[in-house]
Amino acid sequence: MAKETRDYPVFTEEMKKTHTILLPMMLPIHFALMEQILRQHGYRTALLQNNSRNVVNEGLKYVHNDTCYPALLVIGQFIDALKSGKYDPDKTALMITQTGGGCRASNYIFLLRKALKKSGFENVPVISLNVAGLDESPGFKITLPLMIKFVYAMELGDFLMLLANQTKPYERNPGDTDRVVQRWIQKIIKHWEGKKIIRYGKIKKSYPAILRDFEAISKTNESKIKVGIVGEIYVKYSPMGNNHLEDFLRAEGAETVVPGLMDFCMYCLYNGIVGKKLYGGNPISYLGSLIGYRFFLKKQKGIIKAIKKHGVFDPPLEFSHTVELTKNYINPGVKMGEGWLLTVEMAELIAKGVNNIVCTQPFGCLPNHIAGKGMMNKIKAKHPGANLVAIDYDPGASEVNQQNRIKMMLANARQPEEKSDTLKTNASHAHCVKSQPEFQIL
Amino acid sequence: MSLNVGIDIGSTTVKVVVMKDGKIIFKQYERHFSQVRQKTLEILKEAEQAIGGRLFAVAISGSAGLGVAKSADFEFVQEVFATSKAIQKSKDNIDIVIELGGEDAKILFFTGGLEERMNGTCAGGTGAFIDQMATLLDVSLDELDALSLKCQKLYPIASRCGVFAKSDIQPLLNQGAAKADIAASIFQAVVDQTITGLAQGRKLEGKIAFLGGPLYFFKGLRKRFVETLQLTDDNAYFSELGQFAVAIGSALYAEEHSKLFSYKEVIAKIESTANSAHSSRYLEPLFTDETQYRSFCQRHSRASVATIPIDSYSGAAYLGIDCGSTTVKLVLIGDEAQILYQYYDSNKGNTIDLVREQLLNLRTLCADKIQICSSVVTGYGEELIQHAFHVDHGIVETMAHFTATRHFCPEVDFILDIGGQDIKCFKVKNDSIDSIMLNEACSSGCGSFIETFAKSMGYSVSEFAQKGILSKHPVDLGSRCTVFMNSSVKQAQKEGAGVEDISAGLSMSVVKNAIYKVIRAHSADELGQKVVVQGGTFYNDAVLRSFEKELGKEVIRPNIAGLMGAYGAALYARKTSTGKSTLMSEEELKNFSHTAKAAACGLCSNKCSLTVITFGNGKKYISGNRCERPLGGGKKQEIPNLYEYKRNRLKSLQPISGKRGKIGLPLGLNMYENTPFWHAFLTELGYEVVLSDFASKEIYRKGRYSIPSDTVCYPAKLVHGQVEALMEQGIKTIFYPCLTYNFDEKKGDNHYNCPVVAYYPELLQANVQKLSEIMFLYPYFGLHRPKDFVKKAYQYFNKIDPDIKLSEIQSASQKAYDCYYQWQKDLKEKGAQALAFAQEHDCQVFVLAGRPYHIDPEINHGIDRMISSFGIVVVSEDCVADLVSPQKVHVLNQWTYHSRLYNAAKYCVLHDNAELVQLVSFGCGLDAITTDEVREILEQGGKLYTQLKIDDINNLGAVRIRIRSLLGAIEERKRKSLERRA
Repeated sequence: MAKETRDYPVFTEEMKKTHTILLPMMLPIHFALMEQILRQHGYRTALLQNNSRNVVNEGLKYVHNDTCYPALLVIGQFIDALKSGKYDPDKTALMITQTGGGCRASNYIFLLRKALKKSGFENVPVISLNVAGLDESPGFKITLPLMIKFVYAMELGDFLMLLANQTKPYERNPGDTDRVVQRWIQKIIKHWEGKKIIRYGKIKKSYPAILRDFEAISKTNESKIKVGIVGEIYVKYSPMGNNHLEDFLRAEGAETVVPGLMDFCMYCLYNGIVGKKLYGGNPISYLGSLIGYRFFLKKQKGIIKAIKKHGVFDPPLEFSHTVELTKNYINPGVKMGEGWLLTVEMAELIAKGVNNIVCTQPFGCLPNHIAGKGMMNKIKAKHPGANLVAIDYDPGASEVNQQNRIKMMLANARQPEEKSDTLKTNASHAHCVKSQPEFQIL
Repeated sequence: MSLNVGIDIGSTTVKVVVMKDGKIIFKQYERHFSQVRQKTLEILKEAEQAIGGRLFAVAISGSAGLGVAKSADFEFVQEVFATSKAIQKSKDNIDIVIELGGEDAKILFFTGGLEERMNGTCAGGTGAFIDQMATLLDVSLDELDALSLKCQKLYPIASRCGVFAKSDIQPLLNQGAAKADIAASIFQAVVDQTITGLAQGRKLEGKIAFLGGPLYFFKGLRKRFVETLQLTDDNAYFSELGQFAVAIGSALYAEEHSKLFSYKEVIAKIESTANSAHSSRYLEPLFTDETQYRSFCQRHSRASVATIPIDSYSGAAYLGIDCGSTTVKLVLIGDEAQILYQYYDSNKGNTIDLVREQLLNLRTLCADKIQICSSVVTGYGEELIQHAFHVDHGIVETMAHFTATRHFCPEVDFILDIGGQDIKCFKVKNDSIDSIMLNEACSSGCGSFIETFAKSMGYSVSEFAQKGILSKHPVDLGSRCTVFMNSSVKQAQKEGAGVEDISAGLSMSVVKNAIYKVIRAHSADELGQKVVVQGGTFYNDAVLRSFEKELGKEVIRPNIAGLMGAYGAALYARKTSTGKSTLMSEEELKNFSHTAKAAACGLCSNKCSLTVITFGNGKKYISGNRCERPLGGGKKQEIPNLYEYKRNRLKSLQPISGKRGKIGLPLGLNMYENTPFWHAFLTELGYEVVLSDFASKEIYRKGRYSIPSDTVCYPAKLVHGQVEALMEQGIKTIFYPCLTYNFDEKKGDNHYNCPVVAYYPELLQANVQKLSEIMFLYPYFGLHRPKDFVKKAYQYFNKIDPDIKLSEIQSASQKAYDCYYQWQKDLKEKGAQALAFAQEHDCQVFVLAGRPYHIDPEINHGIDRMISSFGIVVVSEDCVADLVSPQKVHVLNQWTYHSRLYNAAKYCVLHDNAELVQLVSFGCGLDAITTDEVREILEQGGKLYTQLKIDDINNLGAVRIRIRSLLGAIEERKRKSLERRA
């Protein structure tokens, strides 16, 4: 109700022809697809790759330092790009997503506008990418074909990410996996040329070929420990946000398991359904959520089916099962930030046998107090073998400290046989000791 | 036969053990002063004899060991894992290990599921923290320990992190509290930090082993742990080998995993790694060359205040004393404001004696030639010194600094003062203070931080600064908080950075902290043309240069930068002098004596820890109090305080026995506001509603063991204790609903609660184990939709008790809504009366703007009463929020409580006698958004913005200064505008 008059620039129809839209980086595969899709729909776009320390510095300069780390990074990345001289500020627009929940994240766009004003880029328009009808821009419309392409991009992004995660740690020739991913991004985009609605049948047909290509990558037969990554959406996915966590874990000899972006979308839609149940409310938006939820669910099932049929890779858990897991842990009414999804993602990983989990969050993340750190005791109580570590990310957090904590988790992960018999420790487990110790520490 | 070597390189020490067939045949423990490789080599050379010519296995552990292990290609074992290995293989039967290291704290649970925990990013309760505190007390580590054993009393000291603890300790020192008591309180803070930070829901019971350096060396720390955890001699294990646990674990690990090496091979490998690692994050050097530095010095030498030798002057003189948090400063000026005498030194925790010494010295120097006509004291120690030595006046330090700077440079636009613990900034516009910015609790440790660091590296501050000037590669140490900086410094040292680079890097960090966190400036233009920097920290040329560099602008530093507070006080003395001073005579000074005693005030639930200082003449000075009550004196006229009103109103809610039995409501978070609703609702349904008490330190202690996230806000942490307290009373049903949405007050874009408020019951259920033994009800309701509420409440309560009928729910909810709205209406009426009172009596009104839970005396630490004691009418944000039309904001206005803040700010802009003071709980992420916005509304409306950041820090010293600064600035503005009119 407070925004009748806008005191910031809007992305107009004319700008569509003259302006380049900068997109922040979060998920390399998904966002690369989305960038290309926007191009197909007549927008000039550039997906930002800048990730130097200066991004953090610009963030610290223009965003309140107690604001969460993702806001700092996203805004810092934009300002660093604008200052780099690569983009003409008079011909550049920015795009940022907005979910509209009860978390601070809904405010990113406003913080970005404040930061632009302070840094002298107040003429650069910002486009909000959302489906809730917040903050509209005349020059940017989410048409049905565009929306559907975005959904498919998420689906394929998740698919490629899943296969890459299961292949990369084992590839014989470093870089093979990345090359297959890149090839498929190009191929998919080529198939989607034009502004028409893409038929799902066409996409489904490509699944077997994608699966075959990943299978064909030459791999070793090593057995590696699996480590799940969950947490706040930005630091979970963005390599810049989590100090290249996936690379670090792979270098430590682990296979990473990262839940997909579609889960997050389904979580958002599912909240619309739960909201009606808990509080009553608008039946139309309820119906919208229900339709959207079922649409996504069907697409996810398609992937799972293809993977199962192919029989080589591990499929994700069906989201309808994921939702069921809330019963043991947390009410699905917890819907701010990653909410209940974060808790059940941990439970889901454990259910799939991935006991080792890094829970990532920005320092002081509010929803994660509840759904992340707050639920770990409960998870451990139900699964004594769960090996969880919570890592906070922050501009000032020392990387060595973070790595040391992750290493503690990894050291435990590597000792499954010892772990099981330490429930009560005494001198009885001499089976792996060559020399009988005679010391007494205390 | 097997021979194994375990090397543990921690953040401050190196430990090496050699084990032969499971027996320890060599062990050594030494501080490495960041010379990691050299020290390791030294110790290994000592072990040569024990090792002999045989081949052996080796593994390295410890936070600083990772780099060495990597570059020398040895097996690395994570230290917690190593400890766990050592404990499991030893003969002892241990349930829990608590291990404190230089920078890490760890807990390992062996019984009931192996679990290992390390402190998170933000916890300073470790060896490094104790080192810093010892420096603060100016005692050695051994002395600290010995002192602590003689303690009589414990002071509550904030335990969230080291910086916060410091904010409680420094004022205790300045108040003259006994060092023995402070020393023990420091150890208690470490214990508290360990429990809140690491226990996270698991009780610390059974046989507990205490490992690591600090727990080995400090008997006082052991004592605090044993007492706090109520351990018996059978249950608490301390041992000589405790500090070698990690090294032993590494040796055991080596046996299983490492290749065999000869002694020579190992030495050669470690030697070859020396200096192979380098930091990657460098900043530009401060100066390109000597010439640049020389011209910099020349430029700054021009900014000086006239000084003449004291023996060349005779006549009237005026004395200014500035008792800062860590330093004491004195300035004596003559009639022309020329400086006759100056003094600047660290207070060494002993302000009274130092000042006495100086005054005696001054009296001798002045003799009969110079008459001290007036004296003024300022700073943290203001009241104490004023009482002790009969100083004529006291002024708030912000005004003292402002006065001095204006005298020195009348056309100043911006003043930045970085002192030992405080950063103060003033924007000056139209000849008066336009805004004041002070650092928050968490960015403190500014000047004293550099000092502590310099000392720990074996340099004086000035030597340290000089080193920084010459640095070629200053390291980037980040700017978030000093605890983080601490670990960044250690990391940089391990990567081979020299003292020069660290000194320069620290200067940059202090400056960035000031610019981006305190001033929140984005460009040099915002600060205006003339910028004056002062405070002892700016004597450091590296800091000064860093500031100019970061800002891209030349600034002015007076040659008496560190004395500006005292100089301002002296100027004030000159202005207000009546010609005769009350200051103690030489005779009185000679006979002066004092004793300090600790006491607890029992006049209200705050239970302030008081320090009572008795002077030689029998007069007493009491400090540590939040209100005027322990000082005695007659009852003043009751001044309206809406916080008090709200508390009394809540206290008046009584349990009414009913047919459905007792139900407990914890008074936490949103419950401070929603209790009237639920009380009416449940009472009407026939429940006897038992409300928990307001929070207190005891309640906090009851529940802190189950807090899973140590970075959550203090109000949330207290709820753990509230539910424990209810259960202790024998309550078998507790009701605490989850509320995603709040009431829609039509002030913003949406009406959410914050995530912590909305879902904290979920967290309690998952972490407070005892709740599973009773009936804990935490349903989801939407109070913003009354009709749906009836339906949903019926569905829910009918399941709990099938006898409950829909009609009962209907009438109960009618009653509840009526009661809630009536409550709000009463509150607003009471608010209107308070405002009318202020109008009538020409009082200042402070809108103390926070959240409903900020009325709790433990959460706000009595701030409302303290403000009230200045004769100010205190109202809450919700009483004025409806008196104006909704405020337009530049952020998404989607939380009910926050919308009130914006409106309250607008109200203050529209009313001359109203000022806004915002209460912000540390860790409140949402307030990162609201504070900027509230500030903007106020400043655009020509008002001053004051923020008080609160947590479990008890001391109100910093708060008092902020409030008095605000009052001082208001007065100053009034005076200026009167002058202009005239």
